Amino acid sequence: MSTSTPVAGPSSLSDALVALQRKEISSEELVTGLLRAIERWNPVLNAYIHVNSEDALACAREADARRRTGDPAPWLGVPIGIKDNICVRGQPCTCGSEILKSYRSPYDATVSRRLREAGAVFVGRLNLDEFAMGSSTETSAWGPARNPWDVDRVAGGSSGGSAAAVAAGMAVAALGSDTGGSIRQPAAFCGCVGLKPSYGRVSRFGLVAYASSLDQIGPLTRSVRDAALLLSVLAGRDPMDSTSLDVPVPDYLAAVDRAPDHLRGCRIGLPREYFAEGIEPDVEQAVKAAVADVARLGADVVEVSLPHTHYAVAAYYLIATAEASANLARFDGVRYGLRVPSEDVVEQYERTRAEGFGPEVKRRIILGTYALSAGYYDAYYLRAQKVRTLIRRDFERAFQQCDLLLTPVAPTTAFRIGERILDPLTMYLGDIFTVPANLAGICAISIPAGLDSRGLPVGLQLMAPALEEARLLQVAHVLEQTRPRLPRPPLASRASKGSPA
Amino acid sequence: MKFAVSIGLEIHVQLRTRTKIFCGCPTTFGAPPNTQVCPVCLGLPGALPVLNREAVRLTVMAGLALGCQINRRSKFDRKNYFYPDMPKNYQISQYDLPLCVGGGLEIATPSGRRLIRLRRIHLEEDVGKNLHFAQSSGVDFNRAGVPLMEIVTEPDLTSADEAHSFLFALKEVLLHGGISDCNLEEGNLRCDVNISVRPEGADELGVKTELKNLNSFRAVHRALDYEIRRQIELLSCGRAVVQETRRWNDELGITESMRTKEEAHDYRYFPEPDLVPVELTEEQLTEWRAQLPELPAARRARLMREYGLPEYDANVLTADPDVADFFEAAALRSQQPKIVSNWIMTEVLRVLGERGISIRDLPLTPDALVELIETVQRGVINMPAAKSVLAELMEHGGRPAEIIERRGLVQISDRGALEPVIEEVVRDHPGPAADYRNGKAAALQFLIGQVMKRTRGKANPKLVAEVLRARLEGHPPSS
Repeated sequence: MSTSTPVAGPSSLSDALVALQRKEISSEELVTGLLRAIERWNPVLNAYIHVNSEDALACAREADARRRTGDPAPWLGVPIGIKDNICVRGQPCTCGSEILKSYRSPYDATVSRRLREAGAVFVGRLNLDEFAMGSSTETSAWGPARNPWDVDRVAGGSSGGSAAAVAAGMAVAALGSDTGGSIRQPAAFCGCVGLKPSYGRVSRFGLVAYASSLDQIGPLTRSVRDAALLLSVLAGRDPMDSTSLDVPVPDYLAAVDRAPDHLRGCRIGLPREYFAEGIEPDVEQAVKAAVADVARLGADVVEVSLPHTHYAVAAYYLIATAEASANLARFDGVRYGLRVPSEDVVEQYERTRAEGFGPEVKRRIILGTYALSAGYYDAYYLRAQKVRTLIRRDFERAFQQCDLLLTPVAPTTAFRIGERILDPLTMYLGDIFTVPANLAGICAISIPAGLDSRGLPVGLQLMAPALEEARLLQVAHVLEQTRPRLPRPPLASRASKGSPA
Repeated sequence: MKFAVSIGLEIHVQLRTRTKIFCGCPTTFGAPPNTQVCPVCLGLPGALPVLNREAVRLTVMAGLALGCQINRRSKFDRKNYFYPDMPKNYQISQYDLPLCVGGGLEIATPSGRRLIRLRRIHLEEDVGKNLHFAQSSGVDFNRAGVPLMEIVTEPDLTSADEAHSFLFALKEVLLHGGISDCNLEEGNLRCDVNISVRPEGADELGVKTELKNLNSFRAVHRALDYEIRRQIELLSCGRAVVQETRRWNDELGITESMRTKEEAHDYRYFPEPDLVPVELTEEQLTEWRAQLPELPAARRARLMREYGLPEYDANVLTADPDVADFFEAAALRSQQPKIVSNWIMTEVLRVLGERGISIRDLPLTPDALVELIETVQRGVINMPAAKSVLAELMEHGGRPAEIIERRGLVQISDRGALEPVIEEVVRDHPGPAADYRNGKAAALQFLIGQVMKRTRGKANPKLVAEVLRARLEGHPPSS
């Protein structure tokens, strides 16, 4: 039981699209298979916090009917899982928080609308750290998502539900959001592909904001090609998001499909500072093996420096929390969500927020409020913004010497549930390799490198300049072909007993 | 001891836009609660603001009209505080890079015209409105997200009268510029004041208080009068003014302490990450400058120059841009602009005042007024008849010639037609006729009145006087 494979049917989004188009499988069959896998494995992994069984099946049947009448919508009947901080009309959007447990969004996020218009079916809502604040999905009010490779370990975070569902075959593909590594790190921990697009590439309208100047929505998939497919639907200017960029969207799929079988002429940079911190030997070894492979494929491997990397985590936790302190002010019990009735409105605010928010969210609201306070603003928020500029310049300089950067995603593989949750600083320091890309607004992808000695996935990160997603995906695809295919995750505990299910 | 007063104003002006500042909801006043709302202005999770360019244009137009320097690069900031009428619990406003800086506006004072300097003009969103019921409270968010422009003056005003004049002058400019409807009843123009007093001759300003809840220009005047007296009384008996925010109680006619400086909010302003900075090009500013309508001061000067009007007339006519437009439309077709002005200032403005309507609502056209004036000039009708024709024109419209014809108002200017009537009057009133001959000039007016009565007001009064005088002074009738 503990090693049974969860999914029958297509093993990737690309395959699913083809199978549906060729009518080798119906959307109803596909969705039914997923629902069965969810029913079997979600009690173990806690990846979904809400499943739209009936609604998803109804949509699948409708998609099948439309396909029979010749509707050419490309994604007709393709099931997608959505992180529970991205709005879908009529569906819950709890953000993993008590304060929104009863909330349903009355409108579609722009990414949801685009997927809906392309014909996609929304299967369910995926678990996350509360308001995407965390690196382990342990801060979720719905309990932690578990890692399919060892259910005693975290799935990573904050998009842990998305990564676990994709890795365990409970989703063909999923959307996550990445503010400081929240797509890439869980993708690395769970052995799937996670792409954080450049800031402004994908609309944030309908993404419940954690840190507005850092947040981006992106795909979690089983292959680089799948990520390219999904990004093609997500990317592009949105008049509803002033920070979305009015830049043409390249053909990402073509970039992947036309990838050469070598990397000649490509300069891959290894930032010195990303190999100096306390990285686990297995992780370092996995990255070094990948470096050897890209060199073998003809890439020029150059060492570069990102000298301000050391300050990135501190700058990130000041800027992100400052923005979060304002972004989360709206959860006050006046208009929607939890309301703890009280004598007067101030007490109502206090009690609603005291009961509605978990400890990590409170910690960040307090930190951010402090960083913006009179007398501290210059020393903290303003200083962090200056560091942000320095980090951006680090990347500009590095990208004069190379086309892409190759780094680890996180210093370690998935850690045990409960191991770090009481030690926020250690948890924050684990974000060291992912936050710089958010601070600089560039794009970055995490792909599986292989397994460590404990059988846990290790991730590789590639970073490219802003709006260079096509190049990023192409090189990631070439690199992906050199990696051994991961086996199916065991969906069990690595401890002797086997599955706790 | 004599005291000097320093007053600064912070005026919130609702801009004349069709939609809200960050979403497409309408700004129409008076709709049922929460019917003009959407995810953006309700601050629903995930919603994002998109800046209404028209709100930027109108704020810049105000800045241009008031001689401000326009920041080519400006940005929005979040002002953080909790209040139930604030959907996001932060207000999107502008902190250190407002759209407009500096500038000023001249006001008339007893000692001549004086420039009141402006500090800045910035753009922000309005909040909702709290409603209190017997058992509960509610919030109407229709107003949340309506674009507001905040105009901040330097503390250059020295009396309640000056503050009052400033507000009127500002309203005139905003109306002329098409920037705001300035409808006070709908809360289009709201004002907070900062006020301090100091012994005359002192260099530094005194400790200031801020007054809130001033819902009319009259309230501003009354509150300032009260607060000036209160502060002077405190200082006179050796006590200190506390720096605080005070609320105007309109019923009691007093100001009451709301919160002291120590209780003041730390708004924790920081740049709004959901909006990109506003960049204005020179071409854009040139285009907007060209769209700027003529302002009251310039128009006053031009009306005096081009139409030879006295300053008084120019002031009265430009108080309302629509009235000035009407005047000019008429004056351009008339040989005598001053007479057009007289008619508008007396008869037309009186009717507008009585009925509380705008000149745009009158059926009277500039053409009709000019035609009426010419009819009087040519002696076709007399003044009383003309006034009654104008009354009808203002009520129902139409052509003067047609009304005069229908009502038979053409005045009798035919000496032959008048003489028999005058003979009768002199015969019937021997007393007054004798009085006049004996040197009592006033008796003539009585006799003229009698002639007018017998001609049912149609006689040309000048001609009647002439014929009467000739008849009584002994000249024989011509026949």
